Amino acid sequence: MAEHLLEVRNLSVEFHTAAGVVHAVRNISYHLDRGETLAILGESGSGKSVSSAAIMNLIDMPPGRISAGQILLDGKDLLTMPPQARREANGRRIAMIFQDPLSHLNPVYTVGWQIREAMTTHGMPTGQAKSEALRLLTRVGIPDPEGAMGKYPHEFSGGQRQRVMIAMALALRPDLLIADEPTTALDVTVQAEVLALLKELQRETGMGVLIITHDLGVVAEIADRVVVMEKGELVETGTVRDVYKNPTHPYTKKLIGAAPGKGEMHVAQLSGQPLLSVRDVRKRYGSFDALKGVSFDLRAGETMAIVGESGSGKSTLARVLLRLDEPDAGTAQWKGRDLFQLSPSELYKLRRDLQMVFQDPTQSLNPRMTVFQLVSEAWAIHPDILPKRQWRERVAELLVQVGLSAEHMSRYPHQFSGGQRQRIAIARALALEPQLIVCDEAVSALDVSVQAQVIALLDKLRRDMGISFIFIAHDLPVVRDFADYVMVMQKGEVVEMGTVREIFETPREAYTRALLAASLDPDPDGSGRTPGSPSQTCMTNRRAADKRS
Amino acid sequence: MSVSTSDTTIAHEPSFPIRMARMLWADKFALCAVIFLLVVIVLALIGPSWLGELATKQNLRGRNLAPFDWSREWVWWMGADALGRPLLARIIVATQNTLMVAAGAVILSSVIGTLLGLVAGFSSPRVGQVIMRLADVIMSFPSLLIAVIVLYLLGSSILNLVAVLSITRIPVYLRTTRAEVLEIRERMFVQAARVMGASQNRILFRHILPVVFPTLTTLATLDFAYVMLAESALSFLGIGIQPPAITWGLMISQGRQYLTNAWWLSFWPGLAIIMTTLSLNLLSNWLRIALDPVQRWRLEMKGRKNG
Repeated sequence: MAEHLLEVRNLSVEFHTAAGVVHAVRNISYHLDRGETLAILGESGSGKSVSSAAIMNLIDMPPGRISAGQILLDGKDLLTMPPQARREANGRRIAMIFQDPLSHLNPVYTVGWQIREAMTTHGMPTGQAKSEALRLLTRVGIPDPEGAMGKYPHEFSGGQRQRVMIAMALALRPDLLIADEPTTALDVTVQAEVLALLKELQRETGMGVLIITHDLGVVAEIADRVVVMEKGELVETGTVRDVYKNPTHPYTKKLIGAAPGKGEMHVAQLSGQPLLSVRDVRKRYGSFDALKGVSFDLRAGETMAIVGESGSGKSTLARVLLRLDEPDAGTAQWKGRDLFQLSPSELYKLRRDLQMVFQDPTQSLNPRMTVFQLVSEAWAIHPDILPKRQWRERVAELLVQVGLSAEHMSRYPHQFSGGQRQRIAIARALALEPQLIVCDEAVSALDVSVQAQVIALLDKLRRDMGISFIFIAHDLPVVRDFADYVMVMQKGEVVEMGTVREIFETPREAYTRALLAASLDPDPDGSGRTPGSPSQTCMTNRRAADKRS
Repeated sequence: MSVSTSDTTIAHEPSFPIRMARMLWADKFALCAVIFLLVVIVLALIGPSWLGELATKQNLRGRNLAPFDWSREWVWWMGADALGRPLLARIIVATQNTLMVAAGAVILSSVIGTLLGLVAGFSSPRVGQVIMRLADVIMSFPSLLIAVIVLYLLGSSILNLVAVLSITRIPVYLRTTRAEVLEIRERMFVQAARVMGASQNRILFRHILPVVFPTLTTLATLDFAYVMLAESALSFLGIGIQPPAITWGLMISQGRQYLTNAWWLSFWPGLAIIMTTLSLNLLSNWLRIALDPVQRWRLEMKGRKNG
């Protein structure tokens, strides 16, 4: 049997925690050859990142412990290697790129210095390192590479930062590149570009790429083979096409079924008085126009999806509507009153009707409060809703309503998974019995199957309680099954607005079409773009996005 | 260790005091610190009435009596000072004044500093500016100089001493609190509270303060030692606590001139200061973990392993 570049054999990793031993990874095996791309697909908590952390020696021990198995790089076991040799292998043989390039680039050094450092620590002379760094930056497609060498990480846009990370990882010409969710934090159009770049570089250098992702679309776009993981165990492995077309394990089936954008589209009824009517809202931050005159109507029980990439002003709009930021101009009629003119005491009353669910439940829930305190805070603030002795009962009711159980009340947010935390956040929003809930990227941080569940929950609430939603997302497929209307935004302006059917079936504007095209199709034979040759619209978009920084 | 607990089962949560006691038991250093501090507090309460007379009685034949003379009564075991007064008794008697000044100054300055810091971080930029510039004024003045001037004008008493020492320490808390508030108020959970219509006070005291609190307790324990020494410096200059009243700091400065031939005069009170601040540090370190729901498992796990 020929030797694989990387082979993981019967690896088990466990963590010792307060709740006992957690088996993060149980007896998994996979292998990767040169020039091949292997995707590890799994949701959060599936242990997909743990095995790669074990390869890179990034597991904290304790509490972590590798209890069994081997990790062979060219037939040599990394786990039994002396630490010195292990460090040599890291960086030189194996490189890694991460999800969030901003937190993995040191903010106080220039980008050029950081790329050079990777090379000089492994013994390259400074002069050579410098020219090599320049070559790499040019290669990964950073505009003006000379100037970019002297810039700091914050001066780049998200997509460019990820390119810089890739340049750093490639500095020592590694044999193996591990990419941990490399495009999750990026806009769809930028994501397609970065994946294409990775693919190109792989073809040039012949390295093996291990890509860790939760996104079926990414897998279909870039991988040759895929390993599906669930709860620390390897449930299915095979070529991408086989796994997608003929999934054998129920979990894989569920995962593929949960991919958004397949259900029935809503048919909007065009009737009734508008609940919220927004006219010509503008907002500037310094010299930057975040909103350049946005108008729309929303009727009771309807769902308006606002879609746009980062910097399109969609979150600013949400913040302005909730009066977290003050608009510079415009009106928003809510039941005949202008939201922007309300006095503090009127605003306080309005808070009951208008609620918000934030993107990242880890940050939007106070880590020092129990679930009970979090949910019941709404009634502490608005004491006339519910007398104190009924709080416990009602919190239990709300928790059940959002799919949790009453026993969760005394727990703290960090004891829950991401999806459960978002459910807590929804329960908190429901506590005030609002008429409109603004969801700012409320499902973006969640796993695909959890995303589907949360959207189903929101859908149920909409039907049962007649709540209206403003649903903000950066990704079109997510809103397809849920929204009545879609508003596409770009650079603070409304590009296109229409019913969900109009937007998805007959998009008028080029930008909408570009967004639709850039969403990665989970089907490997699907209609997605061919990798490596981004369409012209996408290129212009990328430039526009990169210029933003 | 139990392996059977899966992450879906919900452990029964014991009541708050029992939980804290268990976590204290798990951290033996913190437990020792608590016991030591309790002893110190008890001594501070009963010390002066118990040994007050003995501690001020001069005995010129026993000047600078060496410690560890086990044949004598226990109060002499740490030796005697330049006027032949038993050091152990004096340390016990001095506990009350020392703790009153140090704790008073630390509590006063931390409460005022924190409140001002919260206001400076959360209210309008102009109010914040005014408060910060006031803090700058206090900080740019040598703190001992302010103390000298104020105490010279007002006369030295324990209350004045506490007031002066706390004024000089206010900016430390103020700046720390403000910096943290500026960061925390942008966090999502604060925004979420605003969306719910929470009042400013609620946001400040329910959401922001608990997050700042651990930093402040650490700061306060470090300050404890500083204040004790600053107080001794003032006493040394003759404007702080005046003999025959005693504090640990004063005892150190009195022993300074005998350092070459009778080290124990400064050593024992110095040790008392070190032990007290060390205990406070250990305690605050434990408190920081015990009060943080995310970190708490470290202590709870240890407890399970030991017991």
